[in-house]
Amino acid sequence: MTPKRQRLLLVAGGVILLTGAVFLVMAAFRDNIVFFYSPSEAMARTIDPGQRLRLGGLVEEGSVSKSAGASVEFRITDLSQTVTVRYHGLLPDLFREGQGVIAEGAFDGAGTFVATEVLAKHDEKYMPPEVAEALKKSGRWNEAGGRGGPQGTTP
Amino acid sequence: MIAEVGHFALIVSLVLALAQGTLPLYGAARGDVGLMRLASHSAIGQFLFVALAFGCLTWAHVVSDFSVLNVALNSHSAKPLLYKISGVWGNHEGSILLWVLILSLFGAAVVVFGRRLPATLKARVLSVQALVAVGFLLFLLLTSNPFLRLDPPPLDGRGLNPLLQDPGLAFHPPFLYLGYVGFSIAFSFAIAALIEGKVDPAWGRWVRPWTLAAWCFLTVGIALGSWWAYYELGWGGFWFWDPVENASFMPWLAGTALLHSAIVVEKRDALKAWTILLAIITFSLSLLGTFLVRSGVLTSVHAFANDPSRGVFILFFLALVVGGSLLLYAVRAPALRQGGKFTPISREGGLVINNFLLVTALATVLLGTLYPLFLDALTGAKISVGRPYFNATFVPIMTPLLLIMGVGPFLAWKRADLGAAMQRLKVAAVVSAGALLGVLLLVEKGLAFSLVGVVIGVWLIAASLSQLWERSFARGGGMAAAGRRLRGLPSAFIGMVIAHAGMGVVVLGITGATSWNTEWLGMMAPGDEAQISGYSLRFDGVSPVVGPNYTASRGTFVVSRGGRTLYSLMPESRQYPVTAMPTTEAAIHSNPGGDLYAVIGDPDEEGRWGVRLYYKPLVGWMWGGALLMFVGGALAIADRRRRNPALAGRPSARPLAGRAPSEA
Repeated sequence: MTPKRQRLLLVAGGVILLTGAVFLVMAAFRDNIVFFYSPSEAMARTIDPGQRLRLGGLVEEGSVSKSAGASVEFRITDLSQTVTVRYHGLLPDLFREGQGVIAEGAFDGAGTFVATEVLAKHDEKYMPPEVAEALKKSGRWNEAGGRGGPQGTTP
Repeated sequence: MIAEVGHFALIVSLVLALAQGTLPLYGAARGDVGLMRLASHSAIGQFLFVALAFGCLTWAHVVSDFSVLNVALNSHSAKPLLYKISGVWGNHEGSILLWVLILSLFGAAVVVFGRRLPATLKARVLSVQALVAVGFLLFLLLTSNPFLRLDPPPLDGRGLNPLLQDPGLAFHPPFLYLGYVGFSIAFSFAIAALIEGKVDPAWGRWVRPWTLAAWCFLTVGIALGSWWAYYELGWGGFWFWDPVENASFMPWLAGTALLHSAIVVEKRDALKAWTILLAIITFSLSLLGTFLVRSGVLTSVHAFANDPSRGVFILFFLALVVGGSLLLYAVRAPALRQGGKFTPISREGGLVINNFLLVTALATVLLGTLYPLFLDALTGAKISVGRPYFNATFVPIMTPLLLIMGVGPFLAWKRADLGAAMQRLKVAAVVSAGALLGVLLLVEKGLAFSLVGVVIGVWLIAASLSQLWERSFARGGGMAAAGRRLRGLPSAFIGMVIAHAGMGVVVLGITGATSWNTEWLGMMAPGDEAQISGYSLRFDGVSPVVGPNYTASRGTFVVSRGGRTLYSLMPESRQYPVTAMPTTEAAIHSNPGGDLYAVIGDPDEEGRWGVRLYYKPLVGWMWGGALLMFVGGALAIADRRRRNPALAGRPSARPLAGRAPSEA
């Protein structure tokens, strides 16, 4: 085989592989990207029940109620809108009322957000930046005490 | 005083690095032996001074000198000694100092182990290494000085994040950095070769052990990190496709490709330009990883606003290194002469496919990691790209790679007979088909993924063992002769077999832990029992515990199976008063068959505790397999032919290179 043909074969193989990979990536991006919304944004949009998204804000004070079988309900607020969240599972260590939180899941037909995952970040100094921004957007950042801000060092 | 000594030592090593980064380059261009020799002395000196600085910072942490800002912010007098030491690199400044320490350690290692290197190549390698060090030393001194004083000193420190107070995490960063930074040697060799305009098999022979060493360390570092996430975060997961994890995984993918393409340079004098490019890419990804993790860009692009100087500095440095080396590559690479020819079906062909697939997989991970950052910067939309994306892209690309991985080592160099190779893999194919049947009959959940995973894992292990068989028993002469042949096999070959089989073990572990995972979640009062995967766990209540710098609630679960009491699991929920932070300490009982994993949460008003239990089949295999990969890599480095290059040239000592299966 001549070097030229060899190189041609290599390039052809690479192009085929890349095309396949691009196709995979496009399909994966279409199906698997999860958008982040604050409660106000989530209310302003029409979001189909079942569509996955991340919802971030503060856990409203006094809103956490635990029921039997490790289920829990709480409200996420950006201090202008609130969304009720239902979650079945153990809450993360750093989950606290009045603190920043991100829930991933989807709305059910009745407007309750059913979370499959609840994230509160590692560091107690640290508020998820999306949450901080959502609070700034809703104009209530100072009322939330401007707590934290993303200055904590991450591990 | 100690802190000032450390600061001064850093400045001295910067001066040494500046000299080492310029004069030997000039000397190599002019053929000035004296200037070239300077590189070796200054590389050793630079290492000693950085080590001194590191020692000073460690001392300040050990004696809890809170007049040093870094200690005051990240340590506490009540912390156990191990975590006082690991706390040195548990913060931004200290971890960058560790980076520089390892960088200069590798430079010094080139001096020690590279006595036979050609003088000009050695001078240039050390110079490039020093130029990288200049960048990082400047970064330390200008933006992240760990030796800043605090006046007046506080009475006590702020403490280390309790999640980091863990033996697994104490050793995770050093291993990770030994890997990341180890690739700097391959990078320096690549740049030096571009400057020299010469890449030959000897170059490949020099680069490969360094690449292997870095790869081994990175493998262990990533495994330790995932092990830590598994037992410390309390979610039972081991890999989250988190951007920080991807940051360490991308250099691993590129480094794996590099260490395979370097074989082709070494044995066949081919794929030279490609290998150089891979070396540049691998180290660039190490830098990118450092940038992503250390600049705060990952928590948010806006974290720049908190400390803009750091992020901008690393971004600038990254652009300089990547841009500069790619420019040099563009100018010089076309001059590299094309080496040995080969047909598509050959050992080289197999390694090219390996490289194609690894780099494609790498590209999908890179895209998934950076896309949210770009989208946020451009449109402000916030998205997360998580596990579903990576499962849909990374897994389909790795699947053919892992299947071909079983075949590749059976192919001869230059031109191979695929049919003959498959003939030798008959037994492995039958075993894999048996595994396929077994999965179809026995497995109920996660069928598609477990089919793929089990078949690949079993196939890799069986194909690797087939190679050993091929080289020993298959040649007849009974047990004694086979044993003699096994002992006579080059350790690089044994290393490859072990590392490839280790990959198979990892795949089986991942498959078991993700596809066949069982979870139990509920509230338990003392005396309650929970059932999971045939085990019965009786909850005996919670008692308070006092640790050195924390208090905890410790739950007790008595585990029994079939009425027989086996052992107890005691998960804790800890409270660290210094940082006012709770952590979950999972209790895990490991068996080769799987792990039983228990976590307790908070009590409710009626005194019942939130409990989460997992049974994770085969999960330990993942880390066992990673250890096998490390051992395999280490054996390949230790190969006799590598320690004694004179042997490498002798045809009799080149069974890996020369012998085609047809000769067998």
